[in-house]
Amino acid sequence: MQSHILKIAARHLLLPFTIMSIIILWRGHNQPGGGFIGGLVAASAFILYNVAYGVQDAKKILRLDPRTLIGIGLAIALFSALLSVFLRMPFMTGMWVDVFLPLLGHQHFGTPLLFDTGVYLTVLGVILTVVFTLSEES
Amino acid sequence: MKMLIVSPILIPLVAAILALLLPRRLGKLAGVAGPAALLAASLALLHWVLRDGIQVLQIGNWPAPFGITFVVDIFSAIMVVLTGIIGFALAVYSFHSIEPERFKFGYYSLFNILLMGVAGAFTTGDIFNMYVWFEVLLISSFVLMVLGGERAQIEGAVKYVTLNLLSSTFFLIAVAILYGKLGTLNMADLAVRVSQTYDDTLVKVASLLLLGAFGIKAAIFPLYFWLPASYHTPPAAVSALFAGLLTKVGVYAIIRTFTLIFIWDRTVTHNVILIIAGFTMFFGVIGAVVQFDFRRLLSFHIISQIGYMMMGLGLFTTVAISGSLFHIIHNILAKTNLFLISGFVYHLQGSYALKKLGGLYRRQPLLAFLFIIPAFSLAGIPPLSGFWSKFLLIKAGLQLEGWIIVSIALIVSLLTLYSMTKIWAEVFWKPDPQAKPYSVEKNAKYYSMLMPIIFMAAINALVGLYAEPFLNLTLKAADQLMHPSIYIEAVLGGYLP
Repeated sequence: MQSHILKIAARHLLLPFTIMSIIILWRGHNQPGGGFIGGLVAASAFILYNVAYGVQDAKKILRLDPRTLIGIGLAIALFSALLSVFLRMPFMTGMWVDVFLPLLGHQHFGTPLLFDTGVYLTVLGVILTVVFTLSEES
Repeated sequence: MKMLIVSPILIPLVAAILALLLPRRLGKLAGVAGPAALLAASLALLHWVLRDGIQVLQIGNWPAPFGITFVVDIFSAIMVVLTGIIGFALAVYSFHSIEPERFKFGYYSLFNILLMGVAGAFTTGDIFNMYVWFEVLLISSFVLMVLGGERAQIEGAVKYVTLNLLSSTFFLIAVAILYGKLGTLNMADLAVRVSQTYDDTLVKVASLLLLGAFGIKAAIFPLYFWLPASYHTPPAAVSALFAGLLTKVGVYAIIRTFTLIFIWDRTVTHNVILIIAGFTMFFGVIGAVVQFDFRRLLSFHIISQIGYMMMGLGLFTTVAISGSLFHIIHNILAKTNLFLISGFVYHLQGSYALKKLGGLYRRQPLLAFLFIIPAFSLAGIPPLSGFWSKFLLIKAGLQLEGWIIVSIALIVSLLTLYSMTKIWAEVFWKPDPQAKPYSVEKNAKYYSMLMPIIFMAAINALVGLYAEPFLNLTLKAADQLMHPSIYIEAVLGGYLP
């Protein structure tokens, strides 16, 4: 199926979807959202692109192998859990820093956000592995 | 030092990450190095627990019962060591015997994630967290089961997935009831609260729902039919992993909850368990008698052996429970090895059908000898490991005058011997029906499959011939299980409601 509307929409929606997914990841600590949903939203952008342009192009635009994304995501989550151990606190103790960022003001960063980022990447990687494999077979 | 408690979870996770990220060859090495490190860590953990008693780690520095607690007692430590042994042997066995196509789709990552899930289920002290670990190991086992996408695999996986999802739902409902009623998920805290309200109908319902949920996973009567329908479909290494470990996670969960939490209404729960045990043993072995597929036959034996593990719990004395634990140790070693041997026979002769196999006693005398150890062990021939566990169980049964269950156990033992001799006669003794000469190349694949079989047989023989330290170990573990106050004290410490 070749649809110009779908193709143009898919291309232009890629960026808003990704930004939206990162916002969802960010607000997830205290409000509805988080790494899992964020990862799903990000994956849906690539799935739409996959539908419009086919697997090869979707893979090209992702650049990384989705399986590598799973690995990186798991590694980030593991690192966030181990960080407290390196600082001689019990496993998975939550730790926080306050950072001043231009435009955003004072922000509160912690290991749970880092863990959620790992979840985000893992979910993105798993979903895309499944979707790409299925579209390659058909 | 406290990190040793979670090391059985973290080591496989690191191995899984490395297997994903490193280039193909290095990734494969990481996939084997992980289980090897897990084995070393688990032995250190067992040593520590034996020396200093139950070890507890509060994750994220949240005190029990508010946070998630990890608890390792002797029983948990034994199970983790067995996970390490099986993981290591199977990782080596898989190295050459699994096709490159399956490695490409992350075989070793999934393998290690599965080990992580199993180790997590064995070490957690929180019932909802246990549900999470069950999901971790189930999801990875789903993928391992269909990896490769052969028709039979998909067919087996449909049954496996459906039944296991049902069991997970039961588990979740039971946990929700307990939380709604008692307001806690920490198993030690649950034990305390159930001791005050055990007569409550909802608590009883939850206990039987949990028995059902774990029972499906452990494949007890009458919920076992998914197991022989699915375990023979994936590659030998995968079915050995499932056969050796996954059902035992269900057994572990049953033993843990019914020695720690639900111990107050034994006329209902433990009698039900004992009756189920008898049926499980008997129907499992009857199913095996009529099978003529190597792995299907072994699958039915898994069920039958689960019955013995349940029998000890149903009798509920220290000797009986130690018999159950010894039987778990024995069965994990022997059963996994029999599956490995079936895979090796498939490598040599290209079939699992007993009718098409034969003549291996002549061609592979070493393999025939290696088969004898787990097979006779399973049948309970002295002085091999299965004899000791059945001895303990039957001794405990006679002490309690449970004549029926003891006679069932003895008859089933005899029938087990019958099906083992059937395999022996068909695969090793009778002449090769294909009768065409062939030569087996003694390449790296040959040795990487043979070595784990020798490794497992050696441990199995050691447990049988030098049984005393293992008997003491299981007696100690059973003694701990029969005194749940030690566990509760270790977890809750100063905080007691």
